[in-house]
Amino acid sequence: MKRLVAWAVLLLGCLYFLLPLIGMTEFSLKMRRGEYSFDAYARVFEDPRFWETFSYSLTLAAATIVFGVLLVVPTAYWVRLKLPQARPIIEFITLLPLVIPAIVIVFGYIRLYNTSSFLPLTGSALGTDILLTMGYATLALPYMYRAVDTGLRTIDVATLTEAAQSLGAGWFTILARIILPNVLVAVLSGAFLTLAIVIGEFTMAALLNRPAFGPFMQLLGANRAYEPPALAVIAFAITWGCMGLIQLVTRFSKHERAKA
Amino acid sequence: MAFLDLTNLEKIFGTNRVVKDFSLGIEKGEFVSLLGPSGCGKTTVLRMVAGFEMPTSGGISIDGQDVTDQRANQRNIGMMFQAYALFPNMTVADNVAFGLKVKGVPRAEREARVKEMLELIGLPELGTRFPFQLSGGQQQRVALARALAPRPRVLLLDEPLSALDAKVRVSLRNEIRDIQRELGITTIFVTHDQEEAMSISDRIVVMNGGIAEQVGAPFEIYNNPNTRFVAGFVGTLNMLTAKVEDAATGTVTVDGQPLRLGKPVTAAKGATVTLALRPEAIRLGRAEGREVVLPATVAEVNFLGSVIRIKARVAGTVVALDTFNRPDQPPPPLGSPTEISFAAADAIVLPD
Ligand SMILES: Nc1ncnc2c1ncn2[C@@H]1O[C@H](COP(=O)(O)OP(=O)(O)O)[C@@H](O)[C@H]1O
Ligand SMILES: [Mg+2]
Repeated sequence: MKRLVAWAVLLLGCLYFLLPLIGMTEFSLKMRRGEYSFDAYARVFEDPRFWETFSYSLTLAAATIVFGVLLVVPTAYWVRLKLPQARPIIEFITLLPLVIPAIVIVFGYIRLYNTSSFLPLTGSALGTDILLTMGYATLALPYMYRAVDTGLRTIDVATLTEAAQSLGAGWFTILARIILPNVLVAVLSGAFLTLAIVIGEFTMAALLNRPAFGPFMQLLGANRAYEPPALAVIAFAITWGCMGLIQLVTRFSKHERAKA
Repeated sequence: MAFLDLTNLEKIFGTNRVVKDFSLGIEKGEFVSLLGPSGCGKTTVLRMVAGFEMPTSGGISIDGQDVTDQRANQRNIGMMFQAYALFPNMTVADNVAFGLKVKGVPRAEREARVKEMLELIGLPELGTRFPFQLSGGQQQRVALARALAPRPRVLLLDEPLSALDAKVRVSLRNEIRDIQRELGITTIFVTHDQEEAMSISDRIVVMNGGIAEQVGAPFEIYNNPNTRFVAGFVGTLNMLTAKVEDAATGTVTVDGQPLRLGKPVTAAKGATVTLALRPEAIRLGRAEGREVVLPATVAEVNFLGSVIRIKARVAGTVVALDTFNRPDQPPPPLGSPTEISFAAADAIVLPD
């Protein structure tokens, strides 16, 4: 009886997630009257703005990941090594982006870095891109930090550091040769999550007026009927692809297998 | 001046004085063990030598050079940890090569050295394995090779054997000692296992509460312990309470029976002193040259193979004594009345 209820709940949950997806996918295939076709997808892929915004967001995602890794890995390492008592505070800080809406962050940025400020980042395209990257890194911080911190938990950070130091290694060597490779899987899973967030992000890109993928999806959605669901399916495919990659990386990492 | 000199080292964590006025000189090529119970400050001394802890006061010099203010990665000291601490992302060969790579040793020379090191530890075939594919003993041997590859001036080992099982522990400690002798590397070995320390050390430093209680060769420490703590911590010791009769001639009584220790006692007449006796100094029954004879009852018999350890009730306490196994002489039955004998000269007098 209990099992039956459990299965029923599971089924209900699946339906709750799958039905809208199926409906959306089905609708995206119905551009041609009376038969299924990929016309909507073809239209999306033909649109040069799709490729422009997509590659723009991809570039920014890469920049965000690099910046995030450079920020989070040394920080999480240092906190574990030297300031374990500060961990709750750091964790709280990394959780803040989940509580503070992106719109608040971006308005703060505009206030602080506008053209008449001490650091007029919004004055140039590159400056705004830097700002946007910082914003994305903030949004991704909770996921990135958690992933890396979990990765660090699987190794004996203090002893490995001391072993490396006694062999003559400095901080940079320790981070690059020992810490980073050992948390690489965690870093990559954080990176793919970051990618998924950046590709879909709308608020920051729109308010900073940059040609990102999120605003493009919104624009398309407001003006077309069949293309938006097609785009949504593509976005889902990208996200799921990222998740699949996380799995793959975890599976194929040689020395990581030992810990599992 | 010794090769490695520790002078008046002190370490205070908060209000906790963990190492107190610790001085020690170690000669080049010497193998010295720090022996003491858990929490007595052994690791802290070692970590100060390695450069992981800054002494609160005091100094460390190696080969005449003051290294007290040097960072750990500048000291050229090899270290081996209890937890192996191999880099899990690198193969065995890469682990061993790490210190050489950091030093900028050219590739060909590096590879030759790695090969030499793997042969030294008897694992020439395992260069391409990852640490998780090795047993504990193999991992610890790789850790030794890694520590030795950059030719460190000093080798530090912090309880490197305690995570291993008993058989491996004994064979590996002999292997470590052989390699240490072969390379002639100055070594400090930390352990809480007195048997381990005695079997492989040139000298032992017995530590208690952050203080070096006694420094000496294993033979000396075992036979002439300076303090009650050293006597009790190193080896098994039987304690008998004795009353002083004549301090100058060293005459005391045990259980009413007079015995002459043959050396003066520093205690007043009528005071009690403790006589400590090693198990091997006591015989079951009477024996030639063992003039002190006390009545006893057999309380426990442990057959250990070559040695039989017997516990006997004597003068209100229980003493342990060892006899060698002899096929023609079965161990005495429990509860049987007997006698024990020892030479007064073997008794160690411990001040109260
Ligand atoms: N980093 C530290 N901070 C505070 N106390 C410490 C620290 N390291 C060691 N201690 C304390 O110093 C004492 C000696 O420790 P340790 O040198 O590790 O002893 P041992 O290695 O002989 O077991 C212990 O009481 C321990 O709690
Ligand atoms: Mg210790």
